[in-house]
Amino acid sequence: MTIFDGLATPIVMGILLGGLYAVVALGLSLVFGVVREINIAHGDLVILGSYFGYTAMTVFGIDPILSLLIGMPVLFGIGFAIQKYLLNRAFRISMDAVLIIAFGLSIILENIFLKVWSPMSRGLTTPYALKSLSLGSVRFPLVYLLDFLAAIVVMVLLREFLRRTYLGMAIRAAAQDRKAAHLMGINTDRVYAFTFAISMAIAAIGGVFLGLTFPFTPVSGMPFLIIALGVVVLGGLGSIAGTFVGGIVFGLAQTVGGHFFGLAAQMLVAYTMVLVVLALIPRGIFGR
Amino acid sequence: MLEEILLKVSRIDAFHGTFQALWDVTLTINPGEIVAIVGANGAGKSTLLDTISGLVHPSRGSIEFEEKDISALEPYKIVDLGISQTPEGRRVFPDMTVLENLIVGSYNRRARSLRERNLQRVYQLFPLLKERKAQLAKTLSGGQQQMLAIGRSLMSNPKLMVLDEMSLGLAPLIVDELYKVLREIRQKGITILFVEQNVRRSLLEASKAYIMESGRVVLSGNASALREEERIKKAYFGA
Repeated sequence: MTIFDGLATPIVMGILLGGLYAVVALGLSLVFGVVREINIAHGDLVILGSYFGYTAMTVFGIDPILSLLIGMPVLFGIGFAIQKYLLNRAFRISMDAVLIIAFGLSIILENIFLKVWSPMSRGLTTPYALKSLSLGSVRFPLVYLLDFLAAIVVMVLLREFLRRTYLGMAIRAAAQDRKAAHLMGINTDRVYAFTFAISMAIAAIGGVFLGLTFPFTPVSGMPFLIIALGVVVLGGLGSIAGTFVGGIVFGLAQTVGGHFFGLAAQMLVAYTMVLVVLALIPRGIFGR
Repeated sequence: MLEEILLKVSRIDAFHGTFQALWDVTLTINPGEIVAIVGANGAGKSTLLDTISGLVHPSRGSIEFEEKDISALEPYKIVDLGISQTPEGRRVFPDMTVLENLIVGSYNRRARSLRERNLQRVYQLFPLLKERKAQLAKTLSGGQQQMLAIGRSLMSNPKLMVLDEMSLGLAPLIVDELYKVLREIRQKGITILFVEQNVRRSLLEASKAYIMESGRVVLSGNASALREEERIKKAYFGA
C-alpha cells in the first residue's frame, strides 16, 4: 500500500471537473480581459443559466442541454443589454461604479431566484445525470465527462470565433490596446456589449452543466464566483488556454486534496494552492 | 476662386481634465498637401491630433472634414469618414500577427471590400511586412512596428493620414525610408498631416507647416518660407 493507491480516480475526476470550472470561469475571464470589468454578478448569472435549464426540464420537459438552444440566445440578449445600457455607463463614471452595480445585480438575481424557485436545493436530474462510467479501476460520474467535453467544444469555438471573424478580432484588439482599437474604427461600446453577451451565452452553458453536476440553490452564485475567480487568477486573466489549465489545476487540487485530507478539506486545499501559485507566479500561469 | 478644403480646424480649445491643452487653434489642410505640425514636447501637438481623431472633443470651436462638422463625433465614425491616425509609439496590437494587425486596419465598412487591394498596396510599399506576415507584432523592431502601424492605417482606406511622431526613437536611415514611403503614399492621392519634434526635417518634407508652443499656433505658412524665417532659425536651429 502506497500513498498513491486509489489516486487514479481523484486525478481523473479532478481533470474532468476542471472542465466544468473552466467553462464557468471562462465568461468572467473574457469580460475581464477585454472590458476590464470584474463582474461579481458572474456566479449568479451562471446560476441563472442553471435555473433556466431547470425550468426547461421541469415545466416543459425539455432536456437541459437541448434547452441551451433557447437559453443561450436569451442570455446573450440579456448580457448585451446589461453591458450596453448599464455597465457601459457605469464604466464612464468609475471602476467602483461598475463593481457596485454588479453587486446590486447579484443581490437582485439572488432574490429573484428565492422568490421564483424557493430556497430548496435543485438539481438537473436527468436520467444520464445519475450514471457512472468505469475505466479500469477508475469510476466517475458520466456528467463529469460531459463537462469536460463541453469545455473543449466551447473553448475551441470561442478561439476560432476570436481568430476568424472581424468582431472576434475587434474584441482581441480592444483587449490589447483600447486607444489603437478606437483608431481602427472599432466601436468599443458595441464590442464590449458583444463581449458581455458572449460571456453570458457561455455562462448559460456553464449553468446547465453545473446543474447537471451539483445541486444548486439561490445563493450558489457566490461560491462559484469564488471558484471562478480562483481559476481565472490561476490561469492568467484574459487567456482562454489559461482558464482551461487553471480549471484543471483547481479541479485536481480539490479532488486530490480531498483524497489525502478528507472531503471537508477539499476547497481549503484548492484555495491554498491558488495562493501558493500566485505567490510564485503573480501573473498566473499564462498571464501577460 | 475658393480652394478646396479637406480639413478645417477653427479656433478650437481643448482640455485634459481641467488643464487647457489647446488655445484658439486654427489650421487648414487642402487635398494632396503634406502638412507638418511642429513643436517641442508638451506643445499640444498630440492633443490636436487626438481632437481631430475624435478621442478628445473640443470645448470651443469646430472641426470640419469635407465640409462636415466632425467635432462631436465618436472616433470610430471619424475613421469611417476617412481620417486615419498612426498614433505615437506605434501601438500595434502586440499579440496579433503582422497580417492580423493589417486586417484589423480594414475594420471600417468602407475599407472591408477593398481589403485585398489595400493589402497588396501595403505589401508593395513595405515588402518586409509581407515577409513577416505571420510574425507576432510585439517581436518586431521599432522601425518594423512603425512600418506596420503605417500599413495598418493605409488599410482603412483613408483620405487623410495623420501621423504622430513617426520618427521617435528610430535611426535616421529608417526615418529616411519612412519619409520616402510617405511621399509615395501622397502620390496615391492621400493627404498627409504629420507631427514631429524635429523641426528641420519636418520643414524639408512638408509643403506647409504650423509651429506650436504651449497649446497655441505661433507661426504658420509655406514650409520653405518658414525655413528662412528668422524666429525659427533662432529658436530651433540655434542660429
